[in-house]
Parts: sequence; structure tokens; C-alpha cells
Amino acid sequence: MPLTFYLEVLLQGVLTGLVYGLMALGLSVIFGVVRVVNFAHGEFAVLGMYAAFVLFTAFRIDPFLAMLPIAALFFVLGYGLQRALINPFVGRPEHEQFILLVGVAIILVNGCLIVFGPEARHPNLPYAFDSFQVGPMILDKVRVYAAIAAILVSAALFAFFRFTTTGTAIRACADNLVGAAVVGLDVKRLYALTFGLGLACVGAAGSLMVTLADATPMIGPAYTFLAFTIVIVGGMGSMGGALVGGLLIGVAEASATFILPPSMKSMASFALLVAILVLRPQGLLGKRA
Amino acid sequence: MNAISKLIARTPGRGLVLLAIFFAVLAALPPFLDRYLLSVMFLIFWFATVSQAWNVMMGFCGQLSLGHALYVGLGGYVAALLYVGFGVPVIVGVFPAMLVAVAFGAAIGFLSFRFGIEGVYFALLTIAFAEVTRIGFDNWPLMGGAAGLFIPVRAGGGGEWWNLRGGPVLFYYVGLLLMAIALVVCSLLRFSRLGYAWLAVREDPEAARALGINVFRAKMSAIMISSAMTAVAGSVYAFYQNNLFPSQAFDISRSIELILAPIVGGLGTLIGPILGAFILTPLGQGLIAATEAIVGKAVPGANLVFYGIALMAIIWFAPAGVWPWLKKKLAIPEERS
Repeated sequence: MPLTFYLEVLLQGVLTGLVYGLMALGLSVIFGVVRVVNFAHGEFAVLGMYAAFVLFTAFRIDPFLAMLPIAALFFVLGYGLQRALINPFVGRPEHEQFILLVGVAIILVNGCLIVFGPEARHPNLPYAFDSFQVGPMILDKVRVYAAIAAILVSAALFAFFRFTTTGTAIRACADNLVGAAVVGLDVKRLYALTFGLGLACVGAAGSLMVTLADATPMIGPAYTFLAFTIVIVGGMGSMGGALVGGLLIGVAEASATFILPPSMKSMASFALLVAILVLRPQGLLGKRA
Repeated sequence: MNAISKLIARTPGRGLVLLAIFFAVLAALPPFLDRYLLSVMFLIFWFATVSQAWNVMMGFCGQLSLGHALYVGLGGYVAALLYVGFGVPVIVGVFPAMLVAVAFGAAIGFLSFRFGIEGVYFALLTIAFAEVTRIGFDNWPLMGGAAGLFIPVRAGGGGEWWNLRGGPVLFYYVGLLLMAIALVVCSLLRFSRLGYAWLAVREDPEAARALGINVFRAKMSAIMISSAMTAVAGSVYAFYQNNLFPSQAFDISRSIELILAPIVGGLGTLIGPILGAFILTPLGQGLIAATEAIVGKAVPGANLVFYGIALMAIIWFAPAGVWPWLKKKLAIPEERS
């Protein structure tokens, strides 16, 4: 078991970590702007996984293509959700927001359970077992595709926030809410847009995830936990931090399999989380609150 | 006893009468209930007890724990292992169970409160600990691993109350007793010096510190008392179920189930957790029965969808809970003046 084996595992971890990062990016954007913690985040990811699964089994649409309509759909969903349900809770005590979204999460998990049953589902992609040969290393084809797609979506989001007027306006809300309202920005609409974008990220991430892991209803809380861990490791509200955190967690979980049984791999992210919380609570790229 | 008589003197007369009637009726009820209803009542008492414990942390001290299943599971595992492995009676085993849970609670509290981890971050850390403990127990052969730990059932139902080996009537009264003890303990705590310190920390930690309250110590005592109470309930639950699986004992969904009753009933109130349990458990059980009757088979998850909707409705319409509203209706004053 030479060096290449370790490199291979680590590289697979990097690729998976990019998809994790995309999922966490959605959480981070929502928290950074709307200041609401989306406690149903992983459940939405699972919903995205099921959406991609259904589109593939019913219409033979490749998850890497289905990602786009699913993201669009999730954007609309998020926009509506923020407008109708969450907006009245902006600024209310943290535990009230929490409970509202726990309610959403419970409904999503058990809705999926009722509709799809408890079995693990995954699309039977024709190229699921193909791989790329990179020098002496072998990388799963789907993992490489998923990572590339995650990078593209993240880059698009970064560009939106950096270069468009709306993106700048959203950043203004995050930086200085009162100032944003004073100069006449429609904060409610921008919040709804942000929540929509956050869910679009998680919808896209879910479509990618279903090519790497099985969809089961009960995995929702685990993904919520994963997204939180990533965002806290990277820094709450920092977009770059979400991606860095995703990479770190992906690598940590992959390298944990060197010493632990696979069912215990989330121990590694837990250790990382505790270390970060103790040593640098604001996260790697976060600013001190 | 002095503290108790003080407590009684403090409680408004109308409330005292209602409470006495409430417990008297419950104590006289079992002969009129069948097996199923007895078990539903046990669940209500049990949830009321754990809700009371959770309420100490969130309702009194303002620390949102979303990992209380950890203490339920630990309490159950320790008491069950001592009984199955060493024949230690449950009534004795419950103390080491509390001790282990308190040790975990103290570790979580120390990690969080020492380093200023609050709010959402704290909630996440509690989930993290529950999850990791679940994974640990899943991979720990001594504890039965993922295949579970089973508590032997005595033939003939056995009358060993000190080992919690008995029928539904035994568990009914154990549950009722637990609920009553939890209520008394929480009432005593609430009006103690510590209780007032908790409220101050909940409302404004900075101001509390300025008043000379040791915020760290207040939070630590909240998490330790809460985890000890939860562990007691957890060991009783394990013997009620006669089995323990890490995937159930430490499950996130159980942690969430635990926090519903106090929120629905009224956070930070003494009667709220009990009221919430009396509202939610029958509703949940009724919904399971109703979907079974309508669909013709059990629909797993349907009752939880309902829980989710109930949770959202409550936090939407009555964020303070049902009890503050009902108290006004019953014309019970805040405190005896």
C-alpha cells in the first residue's frame, strides 16, 4: 500500500469535500445575510437527492443535467418559503427560528419517508463504475464530475455576488442592514432572493450527492449536521470558508478510513468541530463577532 | 421539608387545589384503564418528566440543548448494563446512571461555556455529542453494538418493583411518581437562589455578570441537574422497553421529540411541560391510530409530520406556549402575594 493509495483516498476526499462545500455554501449564504439558521438544510439536500433520483428513473435525465432545473425549482421554493414562512421570524429569538425550521425539517424527512419509504435509493447511472486513470491513481468518474459541477455552481454564485447589482445589494444587507434600508433597498425581497439562492445551492448539491451516496429519508439530520460542521469550521457567513471547510471535512472523513471503520468516519469531522470550537470559535475564515 | 412547606405557602390556592385534584384523579385512574391506555399514560408521564428536565436548561437558563437523547440513552445503557451484567437493582443502578450522564453533561458544558459557545453553536455541539455517542455505542460490542442490548423479561410479569420488572400498572405509578418528583424538584429549583440566577442568565448574561452572578457556574449547574434528571427517566424508559438500540436511544429525532412538550406547554413554566405532554402524546398516539384506521396499515412518519406542523403552528401563533394562556383563563395569579 504505497503512497499512491493514500494520495488516491485523499484526492477522493477532496472531490467529495467540494460537493459538501457547495451544500454548506447554501447554509452559509443564508446565515450570513438573513441571519436565520436553516436547520432544515440537510433535509432539503435529501429532497434534492430524491428529486434527481425521480427525474432519472422516470425520464432518464442525467443528475448532472437535472441539477439545473432542480436548482431553479429550489430557488422558487426558497423564495416562497422565506416570503411566507420565515420572514416574520427574522429578528425573533434564536430558539423560535430554530423551532420553526425544525418543524420544516421534520415534515420534510417524514414526507420523504411516506412517499419514498425507508429504503436507500440511488439512480443506476450507466457510468457509475467508470473511472479515470490519473498517473498511477484511479478516480471515480462520478466523483470527478460532481466536483467539477460543484466548482462551477460555486463560481457562478461568487460571480453573482461580486459582479451583479443585486448581488452587491445583498452583500450590502449583510454588511449593514440599517444602511441598506436607508438607501432604499427592498430588504424583504433581497432576503427572499438570498434564501432562494441558498436553497438552489443545496438543491444542486443534493443532485450531485445522489451520484455519490444513497438517498434515504433518515440521512437528512446527518447532512444538516455535516453542513453545520463545515460552516462552523470554515466560519459562519463566510462563503470561502464554506468551501474550505467542505474540503477539510471531506479530507478528514476520507483519511479517517485509514484508522477507523467506515461507519465511524464522522468521528473525524466531530473531532475537527470540537477542535475548532475550542481553538477558534469564529471558524477558520470567519471574523470575530 | 421546610423548603416544601415554603413552596406550598407560595403556590396560589386555586393552583394548589387544581394540582391536588389532578394528581388524585391520576392516582385513582389505573383500574379503569386497559393495557393500551396505561402505556399511553406512562408515555405522557415520561415525556412530562423529561420535558421538565429539559426545561431546566432551556426554559430557566436559556441554553438550547438539542441533544438530550444523549442523557436518555446513557441513563438507560448504564442502568441496563449494571442490571444485566452484574445484577445491580435498578433502584441502585440509577445513581451511577445519573453520574455518567452528569459527567457527559459537565464535559459538554465545560467545553461550551468556558469558551463562550452560545446559542446555535451550543445547540450544535449538543447534537454532535449525542451523534458521536451513538456512533460509539454502535461500535461497542460490550454494549451490544448496533444489534442492541436486551433486558430479560421475568416469566409471569414478576413483582420486582425495585428492578422495574412488572406490568403496565407498575410503570404507570413509577411514571406518575417521576412526574410528581420532577415537578417538585423544578419548583424548588425555580424559586431558589440558583433558579433566580438562571433566569437572570437567560434574560441577559452580561447584566447577570454585572450583578455578581457566576454565569459559568449557573450554566454548569443547569446542564448537570438537567442531565441527571433526564438520565433517571432514561433508565426507566429502557426497562419499560426492555431493549436498547443506539440508533433509537441516541437518535436526533428523540432529542427533538423531547423538546416539543415544554415548548407547546410553555417554556420556562412549571406546569407547561406537563400540559404539553398531555396535549402532544395523546394527539400523536391518536394520529397513529387514525392513520391506521383510514389507510388500513401503519404509515410510519405520519405522526411526525403532524408533530412538525404542530410545532410550527405553536411557534407561529403562541410562541409563549399554552400554559400562560390557560393560566389566565383559570384565573391563577402569578404567585401568592
